[in-house]
Amino acid sequence: MRVKTTAVVAGLMLAAAACGGQSGDTKPSASGSAPAAKPLAGTTIEIAAKWTGEEQKSFQKVLDAFQEKSGAKVTYASTGEDTGAYLGPRIQGGNPPDVAVLPQPGLVQQYADQNALKPLSSEVQAQIDQNYTPYWKSLGSANGQVYGVLVKAAHKSLIWYRAPAFDDAGTQPATTWDELIKSAQTVADSGTTPFALCGASGWTLTDLFENVYLSTAGPDNYDKLSKHEIPWTDPSVTTALEKIGQIFGKKEYILGGSSGALQTDFPTCATQVYGQKKAAMVIEADFVATTAVQSGAKVGEDAKIMPFPKAGDTAPVVLGGDIAVALKESKGAMALLEYLASAEGGSVWAKNPGYLSPNRNVSPDNYPDPLTKQLAQTIISAGEAVRYDMSDLAPSAFGGTDGKGEWKDLQDFLRNPKDVKGTQDKLEADAAKAWKK
Amino acid sequence: MTERLDGPQTPRGGDDVARGASPGPDETTETKGEVTTHPALDDDVATGESGALPQLATGGPASPKARYGGSGNLGPAPKVAVFFLLPAVVLLGAWVVYPIVYSIIRSLYDANGGTFVGADNYAAIFSDSGTLTTIRNNLIWVVLAPSLVTALGLIFAVLTERIRWATAFKLVVFMPMAVSLLASGVIFRLVYEQDPDKGVANAVITSVHDLFASSSGYPGARPRENDQAPALVDKGAVVTRQAAQAGQPVLIPLVGMKPEALPSGAAAARSAPEAPGELSGTVWLDFTPGGGTANKIDGNEKGLPEVTVEAVSGGAVKATTTTAADGSFHFTGLPQGSYQVRLPQSNFTQPFSGVTWLGPTLITPAIIGAFIWVWAGFAMVLIAAGLSAIPRDALEAARIDGATEWQVFRSITIPLLSPVLLVVLVTMIINTLKVFDLVFVIAPGSVQPQANVIALEMWRVSFGGGGNQGLGSALAIFLLVLVLPFMAINIRRFRREQA
Repeated sequence: MRVKTTAVVAGLMLAAAACGGQSGDTKPSASGSAPAAKPLAGTTIEIAAKWTGEEQKSFQKVLDAFQEKSGAKVTYASTGEDTGAYLGPRIQGGNPPDVAVLPQPGLVQQYADQNALKPLSSEVQAQIDQNYTPYWKSLGSANGQVYGVLVKAAHKSLIWYRAPAFDDAGTQPATTWDELIKSAQTVADSGTTPFALCGASGWTLTDLFENVYLSTAGPDNYDKLSKHEIPWTDPSVTTALEKIGQIFGKKEYILGGSSGALQTDFPTCATQVYGQKKAAMVIEADFVATTAVQSGAKVGEDAKIMPFPKAGDTAPVVLGGDIAVALKESKGAMALLEYLASAEGGSVWAKNPGYLSPNRNVSPDNYPDPLTKQLAQTIISAGEAVRYDMSDLAPSAFGGTDGKGEWKDLQDFLRNPKDVKGTQDKLEADAAKAWKK
Repeated sequence: MTERLDGPQTPRGGDDVARGASPGPDETTETKGEVTTHPALDDDVATGESGALPQLATGGPASPKARYGGSGNLGPAPKVAVFFLLPAVVLLGAWVVYPIVYSIIRSLYDANGGTFVGADNYAAIFSDSGTLTTIRNNLIWVVLAPSLVTALGLIFAVLTERIRWATAFKLVVFMPMAVSLLASGVIFRLVYEQDPDKGVANAVITSVHDLFASSSGYPGARPRENDQAPALVDKGAVVTRQAAQAGQPVLIPLVGMKPEALPSGAAAARSAPEAPGELSGTVWLDFTPGGGTANKIDGNEKGLPEVTVEAVSGGAVKATTTTAADGSFHFTGLPQGSYQVRLPQSNFTQPFSGVTWLGPTLITPAIIGAFIWVWAGFAMVLIAAGLSAIPRDALEAARIDGATEWQVFRSITIPLLSPVLLVVLVTMIINTLKVFDLVFVIAPGSVQPQANVIALEMWRVSFGGGGNQGLGSALAIFLLVLVLPFMAINIRRFRREQA
């Protein structure tokens, strides 16, 4: 079975290289010696992902390009917000989609344990080796097998600022943590609150922590802490928390003080910066752009970004993102995954709005706006040091539940930023409980 | 009056019956005598009523029913009975009995459902501090919410009886029932917003507060925080770092305010002219966008007018003055010596920002408030129905005997209403025990641990990220055990009513 699929995919690649002179012959030959132009004609592939609206439209363009090239018919199914709840019953019912896009790496492990995933073919793996750092390959792997490929990224190492507020204060975007604190002080002196924090949405605090930690402790420690190989009581965590405490600990740095911040959900904090113009900066990912535009700000003019300042030796780049996996042993599924993992597919996608590629061979020039181009460049220049959102790698009881684990402990830290030691103890206790399960 | 009106009627009807000699007058005198001879109204009516009702109820329909069931011949054949029972049994079995039994079994296994752990999950409920908080919160809920809802419903019901637009009023109070609990939660999340511009609760509180206390002129203004700054914050007041001498102008630069927020009369800051033997100085906003020299009065930096300035010596205030439009101040007639210049805290007090409803301390009462808003209408309608069924003559008799309205309410209305009140109370207790959506929606993520209740914790543990359906099942069974006594009360009461 495996061999046959491989042969077919090889045929597809040859066909693509031959620029499709022939037409009509749809039977892919098992030997691969006489490649057809559209080797997948007549095949139907179903792909399930959570994207809707603009994101779905952009993705559809990629699927159209793939259909054009391969002749296969691809149908898109929307999973809604809760991908697990959509896929679970379909897997149990024996009728999964050919390809699914999972929002968390944790699901890769979960479905691999249920034997619901098919290992990627060597062609797909070749694409991954060519276009991604080994870190991403291991992220899509479970139990020693490669199952998934990261197809779409969210850039989480950003600080959004309101340019007029910085101009009023006469300060510049920061490149180091100390500069950031100095800018914040200047902005505060000018009468504008520097930061709007979404303390009620715990994941915004974990994102902040991950950036500071990746920067101060480096990628190796980041990986260890992600897997709970070093405890949360480690001195490297102390350093990161103390840095964060420089912001959390100052009443005039946070809009509404810590009590106000803890009542603020995402994306309200972005609205506070760009809509109500009460604060100057919000520390969150690229998707703040949506809220900024809704609040009437122009991205690139008054809504600007600075890469997350270096708090230590590493310039942090933390990504979130979606991982595509095959749920059926079909030649179409592998062909589609190979296309999505390729620089070719990524470039088609990149020309459409609302997409950022983790693929290092997708040129930043493909992106339609300068902002995304800038983000793509930070990913490429960070190279091997790029890391995935740590809280999404943790068991969800620790890294993904309201009022529990890391979310709660960092919220408590925001409430009482002096208690670094106590925060670490609580984090370690919760982590130990979550990893034991 | 009523007796006299009744009097003539009874003999008219009594003609046909002709039972005994003139029953009419006898009866009236008897009842009248009874009421007058028992001044202890509450005892009489209460015991009389509660004693009489069950007697009537059990005495009548119960005896023929016993005969019917006992003979067995009058009922349907057993096979037919089974046939008719089957749909209900199947549905109940599939949707109620099986899930309960399975939950009990599941609660004895671990998160993956593979290993039998006995009562470990139940032990976990009582050993985890987070879960104990949920139990404590449920306790607060059960004590507060049902009684408040019932009390409020009773007040509404009694009051609406008296007003002309009762139906309209009831409609309005009942309206929240038409809104889903989730939507009510969203509404109250907004009501409780900290920002008075958004949250109506704080908007009311701050506007009432501001009627009595005016806010100060310069909230947020503060000296720079470094060692070069000539002034620093001490117990909320701004004080000079060095002692001031007469003849040396004192500089008090402040930051942290927008120039637009200054009063319109503020003029460009000017250092006070040196007057020999006079303590003088300037308070100004020391911030020029893009630079300016710290602690120096630059070109267009403005003074802060109307700031209270105190000259302090040896811990005592020796003189007080206020700044002019350009921020300068002078103390006239001060004896020579060194003073500390102080801007008291009253200059800088933050505007009152209302109550932190969504903070850790007030969150549960705040959510209970939303719950009351939703359910008070329901309680009112039920109680109003019960109220209209109360015999009027008892109330009127009491009034004739000179009982005040309060006595009538306390001693007659409430005892007669008590069955209805109990229904409402028990229904509300069950409702509060399973409260979920309001807590889930209203409490921000950061205070969810403090607001958590058992039903929410059950969902979180099993589906909302926890992934431990063993512990979740144990919580579900625990909740069931808590609800059972109240179900039993309800069932017993139903049975008594039907009997």
